[in-house]
Amino acid sequence: MTPRTRAWAEGGVALLSGVIFALGLAVSGMTQAEKVVGFLNFFRGWDPSLMFVMGGAIAVHAVAWRLIKRRPSPLFSARFLVPTRRDLDARLLIGAAIFGVGWGLGGFCPGPGLASLVTGTPTALAFMVAMLVGSFGASKAEPAITRALQRA
Amino acid sequence: MNIPMDWIRALEGGALIGLSASLMLGLNGRVMGISGILGGLLSPTAGDVAWRALFVAGIVGGGLIALATMPGAFSAGTASIGLVVLAGLLVGVGTRVGNGCTSGHGVCGISRFSPRSVAATLTFIGAGAITVLLTGGGAS
Repeated sequence: MTPRTRAWAEGGVALLSGVIFALGLAVSGMTQAEKVVGFLNFFRGWDPSLMFVMGGAIAVHAVAWRLIKRRPSPLFSARFLVPTRRDLDARLLIGAAIFGVGWGLGGFCPGPGLASLVTGTPTALAFMVAMLVGSFGASKAEPAITRALQRA
Repeated sequence: MNIPMDWIRALEGGALIGLSASLMLGLNGRVMGISGILGGLLSPTAGDVAWRALFVAGIVGGGLIALATMPGAFSAGTASIGLVVLAGLLVGVGTRVGNGCTSGHGVCGISRFSPRSVAATLTFIGAGAITVLLTGGGAS
């Protein structure tokens, strides 16, 4: 396979993966903000259905990963770029907690937020713009965040 | 036993999400984490943009197919715009600081039995649940 063919194939896989991902979100109910909030509402009328989204996704991907990791490299790129750290640190947990608060407030996480842009609603647009601003801002504030977490 | 239809749809949709993550990892060697893929577009490096942009285009394309074929698949909740902006900022900052979101940690990381992703997922579900408890159901 020439590098050019590989690059095209890699792009095609990314496009197809995005389409399947968005369809999965829509089928599963993840693009309904009320349903997500209902899932997080453990204490009053909990809607457990979104647990099955993670269950279905993990069941498929965990089996696939066991098969994938036997191969020396992916088909269309040089190597697997997979995180290998296993230690827990404050940064990971603080970041996850901040994300969780935002998720509970709006009922959107990044994937469904992005897919929901197609509805053209002000809510979806406002969420995505704010999310990108937050992400970009945090990347620019990286040295300050690292210093603050070292002090903590 | 009567299994609710939305549990079955959730399982089916989840399987599609698992399939898309498996294509991305097995063929391209990449973790299908949405916050990370978007983050890479905000600080682009040469040769690392096209696949990210195509993945985003795929999500928009798939979203359009869903919009046309699945009535009721999308709903924006009832949170005010101000609250949604705050939610977006927190999601953006949190996923950047914590290196991932529901897809990267919750699906891809847990599938690889990564302790970091298990801890992150328990943390963001717990923080989300406390938030919904304190806001009285927030958007619903």
